[in-house]
Amino acid sequence: MAELQIKPITINFGPQHPAAHGVLRLVLEMKGEVVERADPHIGLLHRGTEKLIEHKTYLQALPYFDRLDYVAPMNQEHAYALAVEKLLELEVPKRAQYIRVLYAEIGRLLNHLLNITTFALDVGAMTPMLWGFEEREKLMEFYERASGARLHAAFFRPGGVHQDLPTSLLEDIQSWADNFPKFINDLENLLTNNRIFKQRTVDIGVVTYEQALDLSFSGPVLRGTGAAWDLRTAQPYDSYEDFDFDIPIGKTGDCYARYLVRIEEMRQSLKIIHQVIAKMPDGPVKALDHKVTPPKRNEMKSSMEALIHHFKLYTEGYRVPAGETYTAVEAPKGEFGVFLISDGTNKPYRCKIRAPGFAFLAALDFLGRGHMLADTVAIIGSLDIVFGEIDR
Amino acid sequence: MITSKKTETQKKLKKLANYIKMQVGSILSEIAINKEELLLRCSLSNLIKVLIFLRDDTQCHFKALIDICGVDYPERRNRFDIVYNLLSTSYNTRIRLKTSTDDNTSVPSATSVFRSANWWEREVWDMYGIFFSDHPDLRRILTDYGFDGHPMRKDFPLTGHVEVRYDDEQKRVVYEPVSLVQEFRNFDFLSPWEGARPLLSDLKNKKVEK
Repeated sequence: MAELQIKPITINFGPQHPAAHGVLRLVLEMKGEVVERADPHIGLLHRGTEKLIEHKTYLQALPYFDRLDYVAPMNQEHAYALAVEKLLELEVPKRAQYIRVLYAEIGRLLNHLLNITTFALDVGAMTPMLWGFEEREKLMEFYERASGARLHAAFFRPGGVHQDLPTSLLEDIQSWADNFPKFINDLENLLTNNRIFKQRTVDIGVVTYEQALDLSFSGPVLRGTGAAWDLRTAQPYDSYEDFDFDIPIGKTGDCYARYLVRIEEMRQSLKIIHQVIAKMPDGPVKALDHKVTPPKRNEMKSSMEALIHHFKLYTEGYRVPAGETYTAVEAPKGEFGVFLISDGTNKPYRCKIRAPGFAFLAALDFLGRGHMLADTVAIIGSLDIVFGEIDR
Repeated sequence: MITSKKTETQKKLKKLANYIKMQVGSILSEIAINKEELLLRCSLSNLIKVLIFLRDDTQCHFKALIDICGVDYPERRNRFDIVYNLLSTSYNTRIRLKTSTDDNTSVPSATSVFRSANWWEREVWDMYGIFFSDHPDLRRILTDYGFDGHPMRKDFPLTGHVEVRYDDEQKRVVYEPVSLVQEFRNFDFLSPWEGARPLLSDLKNKKVEK
């Protein structure tokens, strides 16, 4: 009897599918259960952020950045604030820089907690997510106590941060950070040597260092291939050079290596958090140039100058000298960059947002080809995809 | 400490700029260093040559194409700038390559040089309508299926042209022309921040100086 020819079929995966991590529509050409070609259709969450920013003043544009990667909102603000400061040539006080580092690392923990646990859920483990979300909630409480919002913080502003930290917040973060390693150990007990988890992730979606660069990968996915490339040490911004931490790398470049890198990065983030709290200097939390940062509330009650500054800043905003810059930070997902062009007015002429997830998803066809359908889910989970930043 | 680090990067960039000038200076129209960032500009016909040089030269090693983005200057004859941000992880440097085009001229695709250029170029095509020749799969990427126009162009209105709503009678989402209850307001803030010049206090100070 002649061999049966299996007709290739096309599967439409998403846009509403829990394993798609958002609104991803994936058109998969299958040969049996093997993926022959993956064609991601994105843009279902496109909100025209870049266009909107061109019509907003520099300060009004900031909250859009929270809404890009809403898993770790402040890390996105960080890139934008640094870009505007670079154009303004603004010096940021040390305390503000330390607070930003502290919250950027909390953001990293928030992101990795969500990614690792939902990744585990994708490949069949339910418990990590239930545990992880409890820890995330505690971290979001720290966000709330500093900025007033659990998610869309708008806390990092050009020139510093919006407010000083309330009293006893640092002690609470400290005591939380003392207990958190136990959670990481528990999480590792569930996953790291778990036979099912390893069967689903080891040797899946392998990428080499050269391929990763060619595909513009960054962050944990690039480090999973064995490259110790981290912008926090390679191109330090905001006092990252004051802190001592290691860059974890993977060896195999597969889904499992990415998982391991993220676990170790959480430990390193904790190390940074401990150092920031120990070294936290006193002083102002925003630049004292009141042409850029607003005056204190109580000053406005008595000083006419302060009142005028406040009014002008929140209506007209400030002018940024003409120029352009590409500024990038090591966001939890990878290199998050802002390419900002100013024409000397109070609104950005062009603000291009470079999201790490965009490059990851572009490579899904390359990574998933020849794998099983279920492995595509594991690859998406390990790439750490959030549609807020991909679709913008 | 910060200033010494700045001068160091400045030196490094100057060295690199001189080297690039020596090697491919004849096909570049501009080499500049601005705010510790190195900027090159070249014509469309030399674009791929320059990209390959930057990627493969042992002194450059710009192996990662960080992103491609378009910029629209409607008042210029070549209204679009296409900006290539490159990163070298071996030398820890960034470089920016710019080229410009108009409405009708297509840009040679960089997909043969960098695999990641594929989606970056699709986005530029979608947002600006800049056509990339030899691109393997130049479809729209971020906008809706069947979208008309290129939204990041400066002459495209912020509110767009169509809006959608769910129609209960037809039991589906319908497209309608945008109708705004209130006109879109765009305030002109180009009045000077410092107020009218010369200020009274400035005049007084001048008198004192005299």
